Amino acid sequence: MIRLEKRPQPSATMSWATPLLAVVATMIFGGALFAALGKDPIEAILTIFWEPLFGEFSFFYRPQLLIKGAPLVLIAIGLALGFKAGIWNIGAEGQYIVGAICGAGAGLAFYPTESIFIFPLMILAGALGGCLWALIPGFLKVRFGTNEILVSLMLVYVAEQLLASMSLGLLKNPEGFGFPGSRNLQQYPSAHNAEIITNTGMHWGVVAALIAVIFSYVLLTRHRLGFAIRVTGEAPRAAKFGGVNPARLILFCLGMSGLLAGLAGMFEVAGPSGQISIDFNVGYGFTAIIVAFLGRLNPLGIVAAGLLMALTYIGGDIAQSQLGLPAAAIQVFQGMLLFFLLALDVLTNYRVRFGTGEVA
Amino acid sequence: MTTPLLSLSGLTKAYPGVVANDTVSFEIGVGEIHALLGENGAGKSTLVKMIYGLVKPDSGLMKMHGDDFAPVDPRAARAAGVGMVFQHFSLFDALSVAENIALGMEAPPPMATLASRISEVSENYGLPLSPDRTVGDLSAGERQRVEIIRCLLQDPKLLIMDEPTSVLTPQEVDILFETLRKLKAEGTAILYISHKLEEIRALCDAATILRGGKNVGTCVPRDTSAREMAELMVGSTLATPKGAAHATGDVMLSVTGLSAASPSAFGMALKDISFEVQAGEVLGIGGVAGNGQDELLGVLSGELPCIPGMVQFQGRDLSGIGPEERRGLGVLAAPEERLGHAAAPDMSLTENAMLTGMAREKLSKGGMLNWARARDFAERIIADFDVRTPGPHNAARSLSGGNLQKFVIGREVLQRPEVLVVNQPTWGVDAAAAASIRQALLDLAAGGTALVIISQDLDELMEISDRFAALNEGRLSAPVPTAGLDVEQIGLMLGGAHGMEVAHV
Repeated sequence: MIRLEKRPQPSATMSWATPLLAVVATMIFGGALFAALGKDPIEAILTIFWEPLFGEFSFFYRPQLLIKGAPLVLIAIGLALGFKAGIWNIGAEGQYIVGAICGAGAGLAFYPTESIFIFPLMILAGALGGCLWALIPGFLKVRFGTNEILVSLMLVYVAEQLLASMSLGLLKNPEGFGFPGSRNLQQYPSAHNAEIITNTGMHWGVVAALIAVIFSYVLLTRHRLGFAIRVTGEAPRAAKFGGVNPARLILFCLGMSGLLAGLAGMFEVAGPSGQISIDFNVGYGFTAIIVAFLGRLNPLGIVAAGLLMALTYIGGDIAQSQLGLPAAAIQVFQGMLLFFLLALDVLTNYRVRFGTGEVA
Repeated sequence: MTTPLLSLSGLTKAYPGVVANDTVSFEIGVGEIHALLGENGAGKSTLVKMIYGLVKPDSGLMKMHGDDFAPVDPRAARAAGVGMVFQHFSLFDALSVAENIALGMEAPPPMATLASRISEVSENYGLPLSPDRTVGDLSAGERQRVEIIRCLLQDPKLLIMDEPTSVLTPQEVDILFETLRKLKAEGTAILYISHKLEEIRALCDAATILRGGKNVGTCVPRDTSAREMAELMVGSTLATPKGAAHATGDVMLSVTGLSAASPSAFGMALKDISFEVQAGEVLGIGGVAGNGQDELLGVLSGELPCIPGMVQFQGRDLSGIGPEERRGLGVLAAPEERLGHAAAPDMSLTENAMLTGMAREKLSKGGMLNWARARDFAERIIADFDVRTPGPHNAARSLSGGNLQKFVIGREVLQRPEVLVVNQPTWGVDAAAAASIRQALLDLAAGGTALVIISQDLDELMEISDRFAALNEGRLSAPVPTAGLDVEQIGLMLGGAHGMEVAHV
């Protein structure tokens, strides 16, 4: 018989070991899945994890790692702040879209004027847009006690409709031969989020993500606001007794996560994506939830998790094209990662005991 | 010689790192009220859990009426005639008395039959209780009656009671004792666990004293003084807290016409409460839990809002000032619930020291936290208040209740408050630790701090407070000097026994 025994306090070792165990378990069971689909499991796993980094075309894939990893990390850092306090922003995807619309809109408003002030202005607009979009569920929760999970999630669909409307209306490229979508910001130098070092994938979004990681690390470990966030997540009553104002904390966490998601959207639209279009968003906002938990809500862990998720995206694409694995199998593979992470999480607080111990 | 009802011989139970019971033996006779005494961690709970079938002994024998008795689970223990009333009630607030009782039965009879049996038992034993009342509306004493009646319906031969009087007013205690004496007269044995030695002297026929898991002695409570029993429990002589507090006349905290709604559905609203506390004075607020204690502490600590002018510190209005700013001014508080309210369970003691020490111990500067100072502060609390833990990096929940209580009280006391409000300072703490906590509070008062002590332990309040007031149904009686008060008067101040009558045997 297997029993779970509660540890006197959470194990520090296990909180680092479980993400690694989860990755290993995902490889094993994912390999079994690929084998069941008639593919060589070892080749499939190697294609996903090895090919992008050290394969023949790694010069092309490595920059992709930063391009895909940066928005994931940027969004996940913000989400983790809220998650640590028990504030569940599930609508980062919507904040990402609104940030992109506001950022692109601010830039396109000046087209074709060239000025070094345009890009910083776009950054501000993107951040503000995402922040305000996230403050809607925040305000409703503080004022009326609504559930931020539902409201933030539903606002994703509102944002998607807004995106479609912008692509077809206000921001539509007047010289686009009637096709939906805005002007391409990559062809507007003042607004282009270009690579800082060519062919590295290093754009301003990567810089922003690194700053966010450092900022949130310092906030959580050294600042009283970060302490307030952690106590609120651990014991809300104790936090209130300690002097935390719950309403202010909710607004800060939602606003900050929206701000970072908005930034991610703005850097994406001004750089790798280039334009506002109906299918601009590809789910970074939702994947970032996985990244946040995979990284144990820890800023440094999130960097590792963001890069790992980016790797499975890129490797998954390669596996699809080279081995003919169905896209659904790749998604199952990514889902397994979260599943194992959450399942193994129990080891942090519990110890597994084998054998028939007496009932105590 | 007659066969005892229950005899225990050589019971031993070890947990990793600690022997909870070490070859404990004693006997309980038919119709005997037997007290089980001991400090926290002496092994009382483990022992009764073995009798009630919740824990299996490692070795040793139990015999019931001379036959082997080894219950595998509480159901088996109940079938053998053992009933237990726990210290913490397991009742559903939203259900009626009868529904709650039915939930605890193996095969509940139809509701109507059950209701009439409840009424019958409650009348027989002088425990007035209406079967259709909602438990959420009952007082703590009435809730306890639900638990007792639940046991009595099974006709137990042995009734185990764990700290039954900690939630009762003196009058309710009298009623409970009448009931227990009636049960005894009918031949039911009672195993009675309590810290209150005077009660044990009044009620029990025999007492077994546990210390460190061992049976260290038996006595006849009637012929033994409370002090002697306490010293047997602790294993050393006890120091009585000595107060040298003098009220100076400077009013530190004044509460005028305070009314406030409770944040929870089954809470108690505060109604028109007024009092003043002077520097160096200890105001004791007695009353049964659930009469507004949590709400009063919340308003004074700043967690709950109040209308301007109702709460003043040195003449300064405290409304709109949160807990953190109040600490800055010198108004500190220690809530009753240790885990989750006074301390965050999964966070380390250092982090918990940071929780309330930030302002006064200068643990942060410009928003940045100084963890080295917080750890020093935590280490100081651990050293000064004899908190038993390997170190400040340990999680709060890894401490035993008494040790965590010493930590959360010590954390506030060491911050040299101007005003300190404490709810249940020694709840669940053993005699020696309780004495040291009380001494620390008295020392604080001697240094000029105004203290408000909210407690259900009347002996404690009589011992340390200068003035006494009773909190009942959200109202506070006018404070009166403690000197010269007797238990009877206090009982009346506490609102009597909620309209009950003593059982007529």
